[in-house]
Amino acid sequence: MTVDRSAERMPAARAGVPAQRVALVDLLDRLLAGGVVISGDLTLSIADVDLVRISLRVLIGSVGGDDVIAPRRSDAPGTGPL
Amino acid sequence: MTDTGTYLYAIARDTGTSPPPGLTGLLGAPVRTIAEAGLVAYVGTVPLAQFGEAALKRNLEDLTWLEATARAHHQVVEAVAEAGPVAPVRLVTVYRGDEQIHRLLRDRAHEFTEVLARVAGRREWGVKVFAAPRPAASDDAGGGEPPESAAERPGTAYLKRRRTNLRTREEAWHRAASRAERIDSVLTGIAVARRRHRAQDPQLSGRDDWMVLNGAYLVEDERGEEFAAAVAALRDPELDVQLTGPWAPYSFTISESGAGGTA
Repeated sequence: MTVDRSAERMPAARAGVPAQRVALVDLLDRLLAGGVVISGDLTLSIADVDLVRISLRVLIGSVGGDDVIAPRRSDAPGTGPL
Repeated sequence: MTDTGTYLYAIARDTGTSPPPGLTGLLGAPVRTIAEAGLVAYVGTVPLAQFGEAALKRNLEDLTWLEATARAHHQVVEAVAEAGPVAPVRLVTVYRGDEQIHRLLRDRAHEFTEVLARVAGRREWGVKVFAAPRPAASDDAGGGEPPESAAERPGTAYLKRRRTNLRTREEAWHRAASRAERIDSVLTGIAVARRRHRAQDPQLSGRDDWMVLNGAYLVEDERGEEFAAAVAALRDPELDVQLTGPWAPYSFTISESGAGGTA
């Protein structure tokens, strides 16, 4: 059980977790599966948003969100989330 | 064709204030604001050599680049969140120029205003629950098992043992998952919305045990302490319960019709 110290200052402080203390994996959960999604012909990165979700999948199984969590069984091939 | 693009970090209400002085984002570039339709976009100028389509494709595969980008993005979002409600934008949203961001704010003003109203006075908390996989009786030892009938071939005995191990593992998983469900349901009761993220990849989390819950909870500011206390009270000797946050409401910026905000 770990509680970030910034939490103890609540509710007076709105301060979040200092950037350098955030675990990258927790940040990526939010930045790749959360956030306002812009789609349309305005951005350069439309294709890349999909790209993030597809090609990073190889590296990061956590992209996508909202999926029911399934047990990881390294001893049972073919049962991974992909 | 210019060689720079406009990177969009976050959207907030336009309160007439300027961005926090000295705030820098990606590559140390200053963060600017673009105001339109009662909203303000926090943006920065980025080189297309790094953020163009082809470059992104390459860079997103580079974990070092990805981490630097994610942290810079997060730093801007946090700074904006200090000042008031914020709708963070997904990582690497790059526009050809500022004019297109004016258009975006005009076109989707209603939706962004709605999102900002929903997250105002609230913060996101993360709760991760891990369970140690129950150590299965070793396939090699087989000592704990009653001796198999002499008539049984060794292969059959092995398969039986393996089935038992898998069943035990399966049961341990279900027990941990059902405890996690209970934790989730208590926390959802305190939150105004909750969203479940996928289990984190062990390669990134550095953990080999089971992640049975990866939840995000949108909580009223004044209930933040209560939420953290509830998480602490839900400690379980068999589970590792971790609290992260408070975060800007990253997981709750999808409009009503979207997947976010399932309370």
